[in-house]
Amino acid sequence: MSAQPDSIRTPEALDVAAVRREFPLLQTTVHGKPLVYLDSAASAQKPQVVIDAERDVYERYYSNIHRGVHQLSVLATDAYERARARVQRFLGAREAREILFVRGATEAINLVAQTYGRRNVGAGDEVLITGLEHHSNIVPWQMLCEEKGATLKVAPIDDAGVVDMAAFEGLLGPRTRIVSVSHVSNALGTINPVERMTERAHAAGAVIVIDGAQAAPHLAIDVERIGCDFYAFSGHKVYGPSGVGALYGRAALLEAMPPWQGGGDMISSVTFEKSTWAELPHKFEAGTPNVAGTIALAVAIEWLEGLGLEAVAAHEDELLAYGTELLSAIPGLRLVGTAPDKAGVLSFVLDGVHPHDIGTILDYEGVAIRTGHHCAQPVMDRYGIPATARASLACFNTREDLDALARGIGKVQEMFK
Amino acid sequence: MNDLRELYQEVILDHSRNPRHFREMPEANRHADGHNPLCGDRVTVYLHLAGDVIEDVSFKGAGCSISTASASMMADALRGKSVDEVRALFDRFHDLVTSDPSHAADQLDASSELGKLAVFSGVCEFPMRVKCASLPWHTMKAALEGAARASTE
Repeated sequence: MSAQPDSIRTPEALDVAAVRREFPLLQTTVHGKPLVYLDSAASAQKPQVVIDAERDVYERYYSNIHRGVHQLSVLATDAYERARARVQRFLGAREAREILFVRGATEAINLVAQTYGRRNVGAGDEVLITGLEHHSNIVPWQMLCEEKGATLKVAPIDDAGVVDMAAFEGLLGPRTRIVSVSHVSNALGTINPVERMTERAHAAGAVIVIDGAQAAPHLAIDVERIGCDFYAFSGHKVYGPSGVGALYGRAALLEAMPPWQGGGDMISSVTFEKSTWAELPHKFEAGTPNVAGTIALAVAIEWLEGLGLEAVAAHEDELLAYGTELLSAIPGLRLVGTAPDKAGVLSFVLDGVHPHDIGTILDYEGVAIRTGHHCAQPVMDRYGIPATARASLACFNTREDLDALARGIGKVQEMFK
Repeated sequence: MNDLRELYQEVILDHSRNPRHFREMPEANRHADGHNPLCGDRVTVYLHLAGDVIEDVSFKGAGCSISTASASMMADALRGKSVDEVRALFDRFHDLVTSDPSHAADQLDASSELGKLAVFSGVCEFPMRVKCASLPWHTMKAALEGAARASTE
């Protein structure tokens, strides 16, 4: 691929054609049309190397981890712990024991709510979130607040989908114990100013949890630079397997937190009278985890980093700008979420056509998008709409994908004119 | 676009653009709210029962073209029918939209009583849209049975 003028700032532009060849599903057709996959914000497709990695574990060295003395268990344990070190570097964490493997960002947030939250939030205390959040960053806090008699506060967003920082700061107070915000909004694509939010949360004496599910595939993450206390992400959105993800937690906080689930692997000793807890990170990893999936997650991260996170971000930003222009030119189409700082998401509504009908007709054109409330009903309520159609971008998307989307929208309008 | 046209038949598009009986009904003696939590579609169905007969039907709500047209055509179809007839129609409509697509033609033959509602036969080819078509019917049934709420889940 020839270098484009706007990609000069990256050392090496992404070779998208080569990237696409690595994804078996991108070579398939849907309803007789080549698949145009614009639903990576829901879940990304997987490159061959990730699919192979998972199979490789089962074919060559699968075993349970942290248990056996036999050769396979040693190999599997070693690969699993190397995966932890890989995630540590990916997030910029200081220590590998600050990385807990979980099922995904949802479980990570629930873990914080049920351990740190239950221990540190009491009656009359407050938890602060934003109006952009996914249900997975709302409901765990509602459950906690209900249990403890605490109050959930919500920093509002403006018409563009940007958090009102004055309101955010105004809602921080002496009773704020936890602040939990998305790094990137899944429904609108807004990038939150997480460093500033962290600084303000800390100034108010609260800890901050960052839901990075939507950020991890698009932005280089550095938890030390952000300064946050917890950071959650899901493997399946960074081209890894579903059912694995990670929670970063500051070591001092994790050490002081009670365990979450009890079971094997998380104990130091067990008697019927009393058990003592294992060291970090094992204290939070009861039971046999998704061994092969976790190892494959590390391969996915390595693969993504191999493409160059900057090159990926530059490519996706260019596509976002192109798609924004393309869709904005369609009469009767309104983009929902127009923050100046955005990543990877084009959410929109069409006059006179429900998003579900858009989704069905686009599907017939081979174009896969998400339609509905995107597990962010309060965001929809904010705009007074039941749902949007959302096209989301990944490293393997092209301008042609967006052209196919625009053509498909033309067919939708033709059908419903 | 052939298959798509089976779903989006002209009658369905017409009812979705200009839904009939789309109003609240203050004199209703039965009503229920329906919700499809997956997509956010909401519909309220109002019934006015006189003895055993549905004298009037109306609906309000926000949904896709399939659920709006389904509610509109359901309201058309139910007026003047007895409760027993309505229950039978519910079953036949349900069978029509949930049938195995390869047997859809049989369903259609067996359901000549469905009349205009037969245009929804294309829905069974679209598993993700079956609930759109059936939401108003489930809501109507809930209203009939005195339940306040119906959900597709």
